[in-house]
Amino acid sequence: MKRRTALKVITLSTLIAATGFTSNAFAADTIKVGILHSLSGTMAISESALEQTALMTIAEINAQGGVMGKQLEPVVVDPASNWPLFAEKARQLLAKDKVDVVFGCWTSVSRKSVLPVFRELNGLLFYPVQYEGEELEKNVFYTGAAPNQQAIPAVDYLLSKDGGEAKRFVLLGTDYVYPRTTNKILRAYLHTKGIQDSDIMEEYTPFGYSDYQTIIAKIKDFSAQGKKTAVVSTINGDSNVPFYKELGNAGLKATDVPVVAFSVGEEELRGVDTKPLVGELAAWNYFMSVKNPENTKFTKMYRDWAKKQKLPNADTAVTNDPMEATYVGIHMWKQAVEKAHSTDVDKVIAAMGGQTFKAPSGFTLEMDPKNHHLHKPVMIGEVKANGQFNVVWKTKAPVKAQPWSPYIVGNDKKKDEPEAN
Amino acid sequence: MNKILRTLLALVLGCLLMASAQAALDARVVKQLVDDDSDQKIEAIAALVKTGTPEAARLLQALSDDALYATDSRIWLKADDKVYDAVTGTEITPAPDDVDTVTINNRVRGTLDSALAGFKLFDPDPSARLAAAQSLQGDVGAVMIPALTLALQKETDSKVKPILEQLLAQANLKNPDVKARLAAVEGLTHSNSPNARGLLLTRLDPANEPDAAVREAAKASIASIDSRLAWTSALANVFSGLSLGSILLLAALGLAITYGVMGVINMAHGELLMVGAYSAYFVQGVFRNHFPGAQDWYLVAAVPVSFFAAAFVGMVMERTVIRWLYGRPLETLLATWGVSLVLIQGARTLFGAQNVEVSNPSWMSGGIELLPSLTLPWNRIVIIGFALSVLVLMWAIMQKTRLGLFVRAVTQNRPMAGCVGVPTSRVDTLAFGLGAGIAGLGGLALSQIANVGPDMGQGYIVDSFLVVVLGGVGQLAGAVWAALGLGIATKLLEGWAGAVIAKIIVLAIIIIFIQRRPQGLFAVKGRVMD
Repeated sequence: MKRRTALKVITLSTLIAATGFTSNAFAADTIKVGILHSLSGTMAISESALEQTALMTIAEINAQGGVMGKQLEPVVVDPASNWPLFAEKARQLLAKDKVDVVFGCWTSVSRKSVLPVFRELNGLLFYPVQYEGEELEKNVFYTGAAPNQQAIPAVDYLLSKDGGEAKRFVLLGTDYVYPRTTNKILRAYLHTKGIQDSDIMEEYTPFGYSDYQTIIAKIKDFSAQGKKTAVVSTINGDSNVPFYKELGNAGLKATDVPVVAFSVGEEELRGVDTKPLVGELAAWNYFMSVKNPENTKFTKMYRDWAKKQKLPNADTAVTNDPMEATYVGIHMWKQAVEKAHSTDVDKVIAAMGGQTFKAPSGFTLEMDPKNHHLHKPVMIGEVKANGQFNVVWKTKAPVKAQPWSPYIVGNDKKKDEPEAN
Repeated sequence: MNKILRTLLALVLGCLLMASAQAALDARVVKQLVDDDSDQKIEAIAALVKTGTPEAARLLQALSDDALYATDSRIWLKADDKVYDAVTGTEITPAPDDVDTVTINNRVRGTLDSALAGFKLFDPDPSARLAAAQSLQGDVGAVMIPALTLALQKETDSKVKPILEQLLAQANLKNPDVKARLAAVEGLTHSNSPNARGLLLTRLDPANEPDAAVREAAKASIASIDSRLAWTSALANVFSGLSLGSILLLAALGLAITYGVMGVINMAHGELLMVGAYSAYFVQGVFRNHFPGAQDWYLVAAVPVSFFAAAFVGMVMERTVIRWLYGRPLETLLATWGVSLVLIQGARTLFGAQNVEVSNPSWMSGGIELLPSLTLPWNRIVIIGFALSVLVLMWAIMQKTRLGLFVRAVTQNRPMAGCVGVPTSRVDTLAFGLGAGIAGLGGLALSQIANVGPDMGQGYIVDSFLVVVLGGVGQLAGAVWAALGLGIATKLLEGWAGAVIAKIIVLAIIIIFIQRRPQGLFAVKGRVMD
C-alpha cells in the first residue's frame, strides 16, 4: 500500500514537472535568458562560440550577484542552421519558456525569420553580428555593425594608398539577403567613387558550398586586366574554410589580390593553415589582438571558460568580434534592466537608449538613444601566420550606425528610429 | 612597388656584389622602419636595401617574418631562435620579455618582398633565385634594367634565365627609347603571365605610349597571349571538372555496390563517407600526439583505418538492419534513413556538433604552376589519382577475386548460387562491407578539401544517387562516365552562369535525361535484372 502511494507521488510530481508547473513556481527567483544560436549545421562553426560567450557572460553576472538580486537562468535551444526552425525555437523561448530576453541569430535570414515572432509576442532580441542594415525594429537591439561601420570603411581602405588603391572589385558572397544587400550598397558606393560596372564582378555560391576552384580561376582572370583588383568576401559559415584553403593552394597572394572578409574572424580561421593567407584582410569592430585591460580580461575569461567547459580545442580558444558584441549586449541589457527596475520588455527598451559600456575593443560604446544600434569603432586587420590579426587601420572614435544606407534609393525619407507597430 | 625603392634597389643590386659589409646599421633608419606611417617604413626599407649588408637583409627578413619587436627605448629582432639588437646586430641575453611586434600592411609587405627578392637574385642557391625572380614579376620599372642585366649575365640556371629575360623585357616597357620598348613588347609575346598582359594593356593607351608602332605591336602581343590564355583557361576548366568528377566518383563508388549491385537503397551512405572522414581526423590526432615527426604521413596511415572503420559500420548495419529487409526497397530506405540519423547524432556526441579541422599534409599543400595563369593544386591532383586507384582496386575485386565472383553470382541468382555452395548471407555482409569501406575512402578524400562535421554526409547523398542512377544501375563504367560528365558539365556551367544557377541547370538536365532514358547511360544487358 505504502509503495503504491509512493509511486503515485513520484508519478504525480514527474507529471507536474513535465507540464512546467515547477518551473513556473521557480521563475520568481531567476530571470530567464534565451540563447538562440545554431549549434549544428553549416553555421555552427561561427555560432557555437556565441552560445559559449553568452553562457560565460551569464555566469560572470551571476557570480557578481546577478541582476537586481536575481540569478540569470540561461535557456539554450539549437535551431540547427535551419531558418524556419529559428522561428519555431524563438516562439518556444518566448511563449513556453517565458524568457525575458533572447540573445541570438547570426545570419540575416535567421533574423528575418524570427522577426515576426518577436513582434507578435513583444519579445526582446539582441543581435550580435554585422549585417546589411535596411532594418529598424522596436523589438531588436543591434550590437553588430551596420554597413557604414564595416563594409563602407573596408572598401574605403581598399581604395586608399595603404590598401593598394584597388581599381577593380570582385564582390563574392553566399547567396542570401546579407551579401546581396551589402553588395547592392557597395556597388552604389563604388559608382560614387568613379568605378564602373565593367570593373565590378559579382558572384554568389550556395550555403555550405565547398568547391571554389572555378571562382578563384575567374578572379585570377578578372585581375589580369591591368588594374589592381581586390575581393570583397561576404561568404558565411563553414564555406570559408574551403575558400581560404583553395585560395592558399592556388597561390593568389594578398599582395597581388587582397581579399577583405566581413564574416571571417579568428574562430573561422582556426581550421585553416593561415601561412599562405598572410595579409588577407578582415573588417570588424574588434580583434582579439587589440591591446587594452578590458580585452586582456575578456580573452582570459574566455580561455578559462573554454578550459573549464572542456570545449573542443580549448587550448587554442580565440575570441572574435561577434563574441565581443554578445558580451557587450548582455551587459548593456543588464544595465538597462537595473535602470528600469524591471525586466518588462517595453521598460527595458526605453532604458536601453544612451547606455554605455567600456568594451574589450578599448572604446566606450554607446547605444544610440534612438536607432537601437551601437556606436562602434571600425578596424581593419591583416591575417598573420598564426591566425591572429594585425590591426592596420582603425577609426579614432566610435562611429554612429546608419541602418538605412544613403546609397540605396529612397532611404533618405526613412526615420532613424523604429516605428511603433 | 615604390619608385624610390625601385631606383635604390637597382643601384644596390649592382653595389651588392662589391659591397664591403658594415657591421652596425644607422639607428635613425632602424627607428624609421618601426614608424607607424607606411611611407616612412618604405623609405627606411629603401635605405636599408641601399646599404646592401647581410645585417640589413636579416633585419628586413625579420620584419617580413613578424619577428621584429620595438618598445620606446629599444628595437630588436629574432632570428634562428636568438635575439639580436636591431641596430648593432649584437646578441641580447637574456631575451627581452616585452614583446610588441612591429606590424606591416600589404603595401609595405609588397615593397619588402621585392627588396628581399632583390637580395636573393644573387643567392648561390638556384631555387632561391627562382623564387626571387618569380616574386619580382608583379611590377618592374626601367630603373631595374642594369641590375637585371647583371643578374642575367651571371645566371646559368635554365629555369631562372627565361624569367629574368621576361623581367628585363617588362622593365624595358617603360624605357624612354622607342626601339627598346618595341623589342620589349615583342619579347613579351611569348609570355604566359597575366602580369605581362596587364602591363601590355597599359601600352595601348596613347597617354602612356606615344608611339603608334609600339601600340600596334602591343595589340598583337596581347592577341597572341590571349589566344594561349584562352587555351589554358579551357584546360583549367577541364581540370576542375575532372577533379569535381573524381570527388563525385569517390562519393558514389561505394553506392555503386550497395545500391547498384545489391539493390539496397542506402540512405546512410553519406554517413559512411562521414565515418571515413572522421577516421582521418582521428588518425591525424593520434599522429599529432604520438608521432609528431611523421605528421605528414598521417594520411597514408588513415587509408586503411578509414576503409575498415566504414566497412565495420557497414557490416554491422547489414547484420542488424538491412539483412531483414532484402527485397523490400521502401522499408530499407526508411530503416537506413533512421540509421543515418543515429550515425549523425553519434558523431555529434563523440566529436561535437562543430566541424573538426583536418589539415592537408604539407606535400598536398600548394600546387604546381604549369603556366603562370594555371596552377594545379596538389590536393586535387592527389585526389584524382586516389579516385583512379580506388576504381582500379574495386574493379579488380569485383572481376578478379573469388569474393567478386560470389557477389556477382548472388546478385544474379541467389537460390542457384546458394545451391552450388556459395554462402549467400556471408557474401551479402562482405559485399555491403566492401561498399561501405569504399565510401569510407571517399570520405577520407573529402576530408582534404571540404569540411568534416556530423552533417557532411547529407551534402553528398543526393549527388551520389545522381551519379549511380545517371550512370545506369549496376554499372561501374556508367558511374565513372556519369561522375566525370557531371563534374565537367557543372564546372563549365559554373564558369558561365555562376554556382547557384549551374546547380539548377544540371538538375534540370538530369531530370530530362532520366525521363528520356530511365535505364541511365549504360543499360544492363542480358537476363541479370529481376
